[in-house]
Amino acid sequence: MKVIHKLFFITLLLFGYFLSAKTIIICPTCKVKSIKEGIAIAADYDTLLIKKGTYKEYNIQITKPLTLLGENYPVIDGEDKGEIITIQSNDVTIDGLFIINVGTSYTTDYAAIRVVKSENFLIQNVVLEKLFFGIYLEKSNNGRIYHNKIIGDAVDEYNSGNGIQLWYSKNIEVEKNIVQHVRDGIYLEFSDNITIKKNTSTDNLRYGLHFMFSNDDVYTDNTFENNGAGVAVMFSKRIKMNGNTFKKNWGTAAFGLLLKEITDAEIINNTFEENTIGINIEGSNRINYTNNNFIRNGWAVKVLGACYTNVFSKNNFLYNSFDISYNSKLNDNSFDQNYWSNYTGYDLDKNGIGDIPYRPVKLFSYIVNRTPETIVLLRSLFMDIIDFSEKVSPVFTPDNLMDANPLMHKRK
Amino acid sequence: MIKILKYSFYDLMRSRWSYIYFLFYLILGFVLLFLNNDVSKAVITLMNIIIILVPLIGTIFGVMYYYNSKEFTELLLAQPIKRSSIFLGQYFGVAGSLTLSLVLGLGIPFVLYGLFKSDAIFDFSLLLVTGAFLTLIFTALSFNIALSNENKIKGFGYAVLLWLFLAVIYDGIFLMSLIIFKEYPLDTFSLTATMLNPIDLSRTLILLKLDISALLGYTGAVFKQFFGTNTGLVISMVMLVLWTAIPVWRLSYKANRKDF
Amino acid sequence: MIKIELLHKKFGKNQVLTGLDLHIQKGGIFAILGPNGSGKTTLIKTILGMVVPNTGNISVLGEPIKNKWKYRQEIEYLPQIANFPGNLKVKELIRMIKDLRQKSSEEEKLIQLFALEPYLDKKLATLSGGTKQKVNIVLTFMFDSPLIILDEPTTGLDPLALIRLKELIQVEKEKGKTILVTSHIMQFVEEVADEIVYLLEGKIYFKGSIQELMTKTKQTDFEHAIAAIATPTIYD
Repeated sequence: MKVIHKLFFITLLLFGYFLSAKTIIICPTCKVKSIKEGIAIAADYDTLLIKKGTYKEYNIQITKPLTLLGENYPVIDGEDKGEIITIQSNDVTIDGLFIINVGTSYTTDYAAIRVVKSENFLIQNVVLEKLFFGIYLEKSNNGRIYHNKIIGDAVDEYNSGNGIQLWYSKNIEVEKNIVQHVRDGIYLEFSDNITIKKNTSTDNLRYGLHFMFSNDDVYTDNTFENNGAGVAVMFSKRIKMNGNTFKKNWGTAAFGLLLKEITDAEIINNTFEENTIGINIEGSNRINYTNNNFIRNGWAVKVLGACYTNVFSKNNFLYNSFDISYNSKLNDNSFDQNYWSNYTGYDLDKNGIGDIPYRPVKLFSYIVNRTPETIVLLRSLFMDIIDFSEKVSPVFTPDNLMDANPLMHKRK
Repeated sequence: MIKILKYSFYDLMRSRWSYIYFLFYLILGFVLLFLNNDVSKAVITLMNIIIILVPLIGTIFGVMYYYNSKEFTELLLAQPIKRSSIFLGQYFGVAGSLTLSLVLGLGIPFVLYGLFKSDAIFDFSLLLVTGAFLTLIFTALSFNIALSNENKIKGFGYAVLLWLFLAVIYDGIFLMSLIIFKEYPLDTFSLTATMLNPIDLSRTLILLKLDISALLGYTGAVFKQFFGTNTGLVISMVMLVLWTAIPVWRLSYKANRKDF
Repeated sequence: MIKIELLHKKFGKNQVLTGLDLHIQKGGIFAILGPNGSGKTTLIKTILGMVVPNTGNISVLGEPIKNKWKYRQEIEYLPQIANFPGNLKVKELIRMIKDLRQKSSEEEKLIQLFALEPYLDKKLATLSGGTKQKVNIVLTFMFDSPLIILDEPTTGLDPLALIRLKELIQVEKEKGKTILVTSHIMQFVEEVADEIVYLLEGKIYFKGSIQELMTKTKQTDFEHAIAAIATPTIYD
């Protein structure tokens, strides 16, 4: 990755050289003292080298292909007055800036860096603090948001913005960013073919990652921890979710992953650990859940409403308070060859598969759905007894819901 | 009291039952850990056992010991020893030896397995502390029952009934009332009801560790305060201490007024 | 030595002691007699503090005993039924009692006297009734206390042991101790007792020497005198 990164950079420099681009140096004691000034005098494909210092500027409009390169993280202080950098040109690179104090407004979504209808942009190594919106892409395609750090101080949802927001944007790579304490860590709306990789989105008010009406996106190897809820995927199609970690999303409506009106997605090799709800599924169809680990969640999987042809196979369900919870008696989803730590069956023929099926839905989860206070009776002997009787002859829980081939050993 | 405790303790340490109890836990610990190879699962299974079995054994053992040591008690009553010392000494002797069997029986396999390197150490210690408390509580309750019932069979019956009530029936009634009154705000009620049963109380304490993610899914503010902060742990611990102290106090009170 | 005033004790609905008064001066052997259920054992146990009286005062050695326990240091008690913790060895039991009382003792002599050496390493559960009673006697007499209470001391003893016991009681009496004894064996009572305390219906019905008793009942035989005392018509 590093090599590619370097190559990219060298190529860029070479391009710069061939295009005989020049470098404009900006510093508080230089001839050019402000970024706006620098942009004004720069020609296309020039580089603005911004030296260490504090630049109290906002509303910086970049309307030509430029590279803004910060040296030792110069500070751009917007003094809460509004948007700070707006990119309205193709081929713009922003690198190594420290941007603080974005203005907060109830009518305009001020961002630290906004990209409007532009292509081939690169935003990297940027640090954003005290922001409203962080990086906001608006109808912009083929760009890259790489290795940025966005640390907000959001307290309430209504007056806070998102860390990275994509709106009507396509073919964007969002990689290795760290987003904390904003509303949604990363938010996608009407954005297709997006790759989200190796980001860390933590402590956000609402979602770590949020998809709305976005299709054919991939997110892999990200970590979502301690957000209001980990990831929400809504009204989107063909989303691939691989190798992510959803952790400690605790609270009343907290879940690792929320799927709402989703079809044809795949969820592979993810880890859901210590969430109130691992995956909350509503009206979602044809989704494959494979090789995931569900560890110590309140509810590993909670199925609400009509969900059809979901396939759960080869997952590990480890020490969840409840493995699966349904709110209806109907089931059209299949469970096969998962490992359930709560399974108590035996394997006489030693083929690694339990000889009696496992029923992951407990009567108790049904009771808790209806009377939430009963949760305090979790793991009591009385509950175990009635769960057992329900297991023997299902009355309240779907009777065809079972894993006929439960694994005897945890899948590695 | 220390002397009586010492004699009761030695007496029990030599009796077959302490060994059986100890061996049972030892074997259980080894089986759970070495056949399963999974500390987390072992902790969960152990929880179930501790919640149910420890109170039962404490109850039966307490009653049994009380009735069986009647002669010893009578011998001691004629000696220049304070009455409450005799009973408290015996009580702590029984409860102490049971606790020791439990802690060593489960502790040894876990230590051998390398528990100190595992992150389950806290859960496990909590389990042992809870088990110890349950032993203290149920031994004290059974001593109270035995002290109030001269008739062995009756005493035994009441003790087992008490266990059955607290272990199963209580939760049944509890659940029914929650379901029936579900239109009303119930979180204070349900937490109070939990505190009033030492088995539920211990279970809650363990839930705080094992199932915190699920417990935080409930909306009630009282729940959130209880489970989301250290309040729950502190209150539960205080209640466990009360649950131990009150029967022990009654034991010494009753003992001072009883005729032999 | 012992002063009991207006002692009442009820077990459930059963009124056992009804305003009993008893003064026992220092020295001598006092036999507490009475029909079954007359409250002999209850009386002894209230003196020992094992039974808590409903009303009434008891003083032992000049001190009221209510809620006290240290005075028992001055009392040796031989319980009626020698029940001991079964899985203790005789040796251990003796050692334990010594440890609990923290008093000088002379168990060696007594063990020899009752030929208990072979049993010292046996568990109490394995001993016969008579042997247990001997152990019981050793435990009682091994300390030097001014008051000795014996509840049915002869139970299960062989003739030789019985003789030894009587000697023992006499020796203790010589030392000026006060000894309370209950027994069903009238011959034994007649032999050892200086004074008779006869309980009936929860009260002291008679207190005096054997001679006085026989005079009162106009009987020449002690056993008959005892039998007669309970049926007032004979001598009134």
